[in-house]
Amino acid sequence: MTATLTRPEVPTPLVEELDEPEADGAVKVKELVIVAESGDLERTWATTILASTAAAGEMKVSIFFTFWGLFTLVRPEVRLTGTNWMQKMLAMMNRPGIDHAKLSKLNFAGMGPWMMKKLAKQYGVAEPRELLEMAQALGVRLIPCQMSMDMMGITADQLIDGVEPAVGAAAALELMTNADASLFI
Amino acid sequence: MTVTTNVTKTVDARGLSCPLPIVKTALAIKEIGSGDVIEVLATDPGSTKDFIAWSKTTGHELVESTVDGKVFRYILRKK
Repeated sequence: MTATLTRPEVPTPLVEELDEPEADGAVKVKELVIVAESGDLERTWATTILASTAAAGEMKVSIFFTFWGLFTLVRPEVRLTGTNWMQKMLAMMNRPGIDHAKLSKLNFAGMGPWMMKKLAKQYGVAEPRELLEMAQALGVRLIPCQMSMDMMGITADQLIDGVEPAVGAAAALELMTNADASLFI
Repeated sequence: MTVTTNVTKTVDARGLSCPLPIVKTALAIKEIGSGDVIEVLATDPGSTKDFIAWSKTTGHELVESTVDGKVFRYILRKK
């Protein structure tokens, strides 16, 4: 005898009511902070999808790019970053630029990302670069981490247009403590 | 069942996946004036709930939400 599994009834969309208006009648603008640390393709996708969607929902969004995440902000035409051999080696092994992000698994020397992007195109999913551009157009702040820039030898002129001046951990933490949600991706 | 409204702008998000219908609408709505009406065409089945939610969070009124075959049509009025 086969057991019949019945799907639980899907609840009707529950969209929470807007917050109570502030005393002056204005609804408080919600804030989202994302710490983009990994630079992996799938995580960069998550970051750019959430940032653009939150900004579309009129949230105030800031992304703090640190460590591997910093390579996401490097201009596509910059092939090599860094001034000493170790920093250059980093860029050699981890090609900078959002279009060159690798998958954390099933990368297969670029075959994985190629297939993923092909699938994305087929299903009308925007690539991270496109999502990041739209996020910028919707006012998302892109903030690089100063320490990562120094350590990896990446300079401000190597970053894409519209990126804010680099800040440190204290400034990033201040953003996070004032935000309604912060994510470490 | 379509109410004729004076549409200022149309966003064609047919064939596009989440979050593009919402993101493209948010970009387009910036270019119209308060009270103006925007039309969105989409094929993403998740977009119906997304537009209800988006309308509530942003305050842009979802005037109409209809479906014709596989195409969803939303009419929103900018707040």
